[in-house]
Amino acid sequence: MAELSLEQVTEQYYDVLREIGNIGAGNAMTALSQMLQCKVDMKVPQVKLLEFSEVGALMGGEEQIMVGVFLGVEGDITGSMMFLVEQKSAKHLINKIMMGMATEGEAFTEMELSAMQEVGNIITGAYLNSLSTLTNLCIVPTPPALTVDMAGAILSVPAIEFGIFGDKILLIQSQFFDEVEIDGYFILIPDVDSYAKILSSLGMSV
Amino acid sequence: MGEIIKVGMADLKTCVSPNGVTTLGLGSCVGIALRDPVSKVGGLAHIMLPDSTAIRNSQQNIAKFADTGIEELVRQMESLGARRGRIVAKIAGGATMFQFQGRTNSTMQVGQRNVEATKKKLGEMKIPILAEDTGANYGRTVIFYPETGEFHIKAVGKPESVI
Repeated sequence: MAELSLEQVTEQYYDVLREIGNIGAGNAMTALSQMLQCKVDMKVPQVKLLEFSEVGALMGGEEQIMVGVFLGVEGDITGSMMFLVEQKSAKHLINKIMMGMATEGEAFTEMELSAMQEVGNIITGAYLNSLSTLTNLCIVPTPPALTVDMAGAILSVPAIEFGIFGDKILLIQSQFFDEVEIDGYFILIPDVDSYAKILSSLGMSV
Repeated sequence: MGEIIKVGMADLKTCVSPNGVTTLGLGSCVGIALRDPVSKVGGLAHIMLPDSTAIRNSQQNIAKFADTGIEELVRQMESLGARRGRIVAKIAGGATMFQFQGRTNSTMQVGQRNVEATKKKLGEMKIPILAEDTGANYGRTVIFYPETGEFHIKAVGKPESVI
């Protein structure tokens, strides 16, 4: 096997993640729909490769308050994954799950955060499941951590991981709606050793 | 009041009083505000990673790393009339955005490592740190005014502070 240049890997890796992202986001929405027991419509996910400076703008500015669910990935591949949703959308999802018992206003109660963590768990679990099925690799998510903060601050976590390889970040924007439109974002961040594993398991020569 | 110049992630900008510099939503990244109190030349770097030498890929954005970012900011400030011997620093950021129970690996501690690398580099360049607001688990928006040296810090659900 020839020595891989990081640039080449990155090119291929982006293409592959684009595909995985489409399928993963679709699966995640199906899981969400089952959990909420209602029809969730979804637009075709947009896979975006952005400069660090553009990411905040996409989500309504670096200071837009978002809920971020972040978890580690273990098994045959290692790395991490993040799901982000805008504060108002998060509140809407929580309200659905809590049968309309969510509180008004911007702050989240302990119970609401816990419910949101569960939503994040199910959505990211479905996403990783489809990745696992596609690649035939064992992929085990670790329990998620959740935070409510400015988009820029939350995104610094995956941005730093991508920053090790380049100056861009790859994310999947998935818009879905029941009564209201909800913008969610998926970011998958495999560790460097896991690139080759994902690529070769999908039949790409590396 | 002057203009406020925006600094993005992995970016750096200089400014001269009465202008100021700002960066929005610092998480595990560190914002390094430098100022020469005599010439009132200032600047802000928003670094993401501690060490450029730990990364193999060489043609990188130098504003991304604590070591190269601080060097470059000082160089640009000097070209605007700042003197290295007079430059002082204030730093913010380096938060741990997600807390995992019983799990600590390098990703989780990158905020802390960014702060350490920043202090080390500033120490090597003999630039004193006058104030800092680092660590904890929340994001910060910062605005720096080279005129007064005031470093304003805003966080979600917290009153604005000035260091």
